[in-house]
Amino acid sequence: MRLEKRHRTSAAAYVAAPVGAVAFTLLISALLVLWAGAPVAQTYALLAQGAFGSVFALTETLTRATPLILTGLAAAVAFRARLFNIGAEGQLYAGAIVAVAVGGLHGGTGLEWSPWVLFPLMMMAAALAGAALLLGPALMKARLGVDEVVTTLLLNFVMLLLVSALLDGPMKDPTALGWPQSVALQGELELSRLVTGSRLHTGLLIAVGLAVLLWALLARTVPGFDIRAAGANPRAAAFAGVPVTRTVVLVALLSGGLAGLAGAIEVAGRTGYVTLDMSPGYGYSGIVIAMLAGLHPLGVVAAGIFVAGVLVGADSMSRAIGVPTYIADVIVAASLIAVLVAGLLAQYRVRWK
Amino acid sequence: MDPTNETVLRLAGITKRFGSLVANDGISLTLARGEVLALLGENGAGKSTLMSILFGHYVADAGSIEVFGRALPPGQPRAALAAGIGMVHQHFTLADNLSVLDNVLLGSEPLWQPFSRRAAARTRLLEVSQRFGLPVAPDARVGDLSVGERQRVEILKALYRGARILILDEPTAVLTPQESEALFATLAQMVAQGLSIIFISHKLGEVLRVSHRVAVLRQGRLVAEAPAAGATQAQLAQWMVGRAVERAARRPSQRVGEPVCTLQDVHTTGGRDALQGVRLDLRAGEITAIAGVSGNGQVALAEVLCGVRLPARGSVTLQGRALPPAVARRVKHLVERGVARIPEDRHAVGVVGDLPVWENAVSERLGSRWFSHPWFTAGWVRRRSARQYARHVAETFDVRGGGPDAPARALSGGNMQKLILGRALLHPGAQDAAAKNAGAPLLIVAHQPTWGLDIGAVTFVQERLIAARDAGAAVLLISDDLDEVLQMGDRVAVMHAGHLGEARPAEEWTREAIGLAMAGGTA
Amino acid sequence: MTELLDILSNPAFWIATLRVATPLILGTLGVLLCERAGVLNLGIEGIMVAGAFAGWLTVYAGHGLWTGVAVAALTGAVFGLLHAWLTVGLALSQHVSGLGITLLATALSYYGYRVGFPKVNTPPTITPFASMDWLGVPILSAQTPLTLLALLLAPLLAWALYRTPLGLAVRMVGENPQAAEGQGISVAATRTGAIVAGSALMGVAGSFLTLSAFNAFFFNMVNGRGWICVALVVFASWRPGKALLGALLFAFFDALQLRLQQAGDAWLPYQVYLMLPYLLSILALVLVARKAAYPQALMKPYRKGER
Repeated sequence: MRLEKRHRTSAAAYVAAPVGAVAFTLLISALLVLWAGAPVAQTYALLAQGAFGSVFALTETLTRATPLILTGLAAAVAFRARLFNIGAEGQLYAGAIVAVAVGGLHGGTGLEWSPWVLFPLMMMAAALAGAALLLGPALMKARLGVDEVVTTLLLNFVMLLLVSALLDGPMKDPTALGWPQSVALQGELELSRLVTGSRLHTGLLIAVGLAVLLWALLARTVPGFDIRAAGANPRAAAFAGVPVTRTVVLVALLSGGLAGLAGAIEVAGRTGYVTLDMSPGYGYSGIVIAMLAGLHPLGVVAAGIFVAGVLVGADSMSRAIGVPTYIADVIVAASLIAVLVAGLLAQYRVRWK
Repeated sequence: MDPTNETVLRLAGITKRFGSLVANDGISLTLARGEVLALLGENGAGKSTLMSILFGHYVADAGSIEVFGRALPPGQPRAALAAGIGMVHQHFTLADNLSVLDNVLLGSEPLWQPFSRRAAARTRLLEVSQRFGLPVAPDARVGDLSVGERQRVEILKALYRGARILILDEPTAVLTPQESEALFATLAQMVAQGLSIIFISHKLGEVLRVSHRVAVLRQGRLVAEAPAAGATQAQLAQWMVGRAVERAARRPSQRVGEPVCTLQDVHTTGGRDALQGVRLDLRAGEITAIAGVSGNGQVALAEVLCGVRLPARGSVTLQGRALPPAVARRVKHLVERGVARIPEDRHAVGVVGDLPVWENAVSERLGSRWFSHPWFTAGWVRRRSARQYARHVAETFDVRGGGPDAPARALSGGNMQKLILGRALLHPGAQDAAAKNAGAPLLIVAHQPTWGLDIGAVTFVQERLIAARDAGAAVLLISDDLDEVLQMGDRVAVMHAGHLGEARPAEEWTREAIGLAMAGGTA
Repeated sequence: MTELLDILSNPAFWIATLRVATPLILGTLGVLLCERAGVLNLGIEGIMVAGAFAGWLTVYAGHGLWTGVAVAALTGAVFGLLHAWLTVGLALSQHVSGLGITLLATALSYYGYRVGFPKVNTPPTITPFASMDWLGVPILSAQTPLTLLALLLAPLLAWALYRTPLGLAVRMVGENPQAAEGQGISVAATRTGAIVAGSALMGVAGSFLTLSAFNAFFFNMVNGRGWICVALVVFASWRPGKALLGALLFAFFDALQLRLQQAGDAWLPYQVYLMLPYLLSILALVLVARKAAYPQALMKPYRKGER
């Protein structure tokens, strides 16, 4: 079997690719639903309903989408520069814990400032925390050639353990009954609701706003060019005068910062405090979302809403029928592979010789 | 020794298309035992494609191949090897991290054999190497060998497998004249032992020296076939290009000015290719040509002058001033001062292939006031100006293929080089007739600027370089094509093992003297 | 200090070290095989989960322990085949393909577990491998057969790589695929074979967790061991002997930190001890980064016959 590049990718192929990917994914998950002994059509209907079928479902989906869009952006900007940041999960927790440290620990720190000052300060601190966590692996790659995939991955575990230690000790909420959770964020620092009575908060607007900003940065500015060039071909970029190491640092700051913000916004908008299970793998899902979006910032918003829909819909469907929620993870993973394959087949023809 | 009448190889009607490009069009050839057949043609004529089909790297769309009277199954190097065909690739297919023996041994034993018979293999390798006069050390790590030694290993790979038909793809491209002589002696020895050879080249002199018969390809077709005895270089050139070719007359510089760029005792680090105390003055209105076999420091020299590499010792000054220490800023400084840089590897270094043509046209100057607003130091790109400039470059330098938004890697080699040349030579202000800085660049650093281009593109590039020189630019031309060096250079210096010899006027050099200097000797 | 000596002189410590090392040895050798052929396989974390689940499920369904191991190997091989198709056949990004497989394999395993055992509070158990008392060798006897397998596989793989024609072919496709193709070797077939074999080893590594170290399958069982294997391969400079040593060294420190935690007072939170393995891995990577002798074609896709 070998691949032959097509002269011109027809418009039909561009449409057929994602459609084919979706069809394939639905087929795989249909088989899994059958294995669980549930009716396929009904399962899908409940999934769709649970994701988008009511105002409540929509707000739930968009709430879930908020951190996913941010981690998706983090992965997109990093992968564009060929910096494979798999550490968004840890960076998210870093941002969350720092946000609470700045915005919640008032018992001893005495940060009695106005929320107008404290809120941006909290957000910046969270972004810096996430960025700091990625800076190490990024520099190790740029200077020493250490593969950043493994280093960022391992740091996830380290960060989670660090958060666990902090939750057991200095940042523990004394009023929570034995459950390890952090002190709560000051009330005024929480994000307000977008739709009253729901959990949807203004963090969504921040996330979408950042997506637009990131798109503008990449497509219209000199640093954006530097990032794209350094990612596509570092040697040619260096020849053209792109400051490659500085660009890598910039990308690390952006990517880690976005993931850190994801954590801070989750705390400020949804939970109010940090727990060890506040992220069911948002960092990893962000990577899938970025790939599904073709690393395009605006596509990340769409892909983030899609993945959020699948996750929320699966929760609701599972309560109704009993098909395990893990089907959502299967759908997401399968659609990633399917999209990659379909995208490739749109550009190349397969020759069986 | 004269070739026999026995036909060992017969190609009939070979046709191969890559998309809309017809690389080979109905080519038929024969090869006799003990014969050396030269396959001649410009870059892109289809020589390498034809041989790759023969060896099984590609599958022909039409046609058949017969080896020693038997049909050859297409598309399998294994079948070609079994039939007795061996190929010495232009870019050596050797694994640097493994030993000579490992590289030769690969594939010669059945994969399911539980033990590798290394001792026996070593003996056989030494025996073959002695028989053909190609000394090697079996346990040496290939990455540590010189270019000539690596070529020997590449040849031995084929001979070890018992090849009776040997294909050599541009074998002298990386050799000094003296090393080439040694290779020709080896070929004579092979022929004496009954081997048949296909020799691919674009160097007319060699072809006539070494081969019995010459076959000329042009644009995928076989246009001529003649015995080497009695053919002239002029006739071969005419067949290759399709019209009478005159060797252009030398056009020496009319007015040489002051030194524009000076290298003083420059050393770089990095193995075989490192510079050792290089001294060089590049003067306005003069072409300084650097001759030498690739791999003797040319890359390091070009990188230092392009601002991509920092000398470990010594100094580089432009117009009397030192350069900024950080790479990115040094590159920007050079570009701003009017240094036009043409890198050796246009695909991997000259353009960012995934990005569109227009972005590549402005890539070097994107941070300048021509193409960006310094807005919160984020640098908002002035798209319209940038695209306008890109269009100006494409029109002036005849860059064709896909338009400004097509990815740069879609351009052909010639067009890519024209793009690189255009962005280097055309100042952004040049499109405004009223602009003052519309003149020639200060310094042009051209590293193998005509490599891999067809004759039309080669002439285009050379003309532009000469025009820039006549307008006052200092030109550094690094080329491994001796003809080009002698024709274009006002002064010529030779590079060997990181040392740059003294630059003397072109008239004072003879081919033999240069050849000697390339190999490290002195006249 | 005396605590340290107490720990080191206790045979139980060394027994634990070997036990912790086993999945690391198997996993690292699996990654090594893939990377020697030029392909990064980040699917290891997911394949270990899948191997753990498949092996355990087989035994739970009533089959023998070695059958379970075989099924785990087969599961790994199947995911390896998928990875090979994506990276060798379709030349997709090796990073993304591997991560996709980790996500897919993990999701499928967890899903399957929940489908089969919907409402269980304590994970159902099986009877794992027994220790090899018949061996009569002090610390080794307390181990299970899979550990012995792991210890023997390292020199076996080394011999295969360096002394057989097939091993040479594998190394060559990882160094210079064009050279291999030019000598009549099919790069695609060799790479696919190496990936499938390596992934089978990863599956067996996972099965060790459910069939030997523990006796049940539970979520988050693998807990990053796969990633540590990826780091260990770099640390081992892609040599099986050093991989064995690296895994043992790592297991040594891992077992040590557990015992220090138990022996010492709680002035250092236990999480710090748990962090040590991961931090050590990062340190190991940094230390060897300078002189890493990468297989030269690692992570470069090879498209045959393309201009």
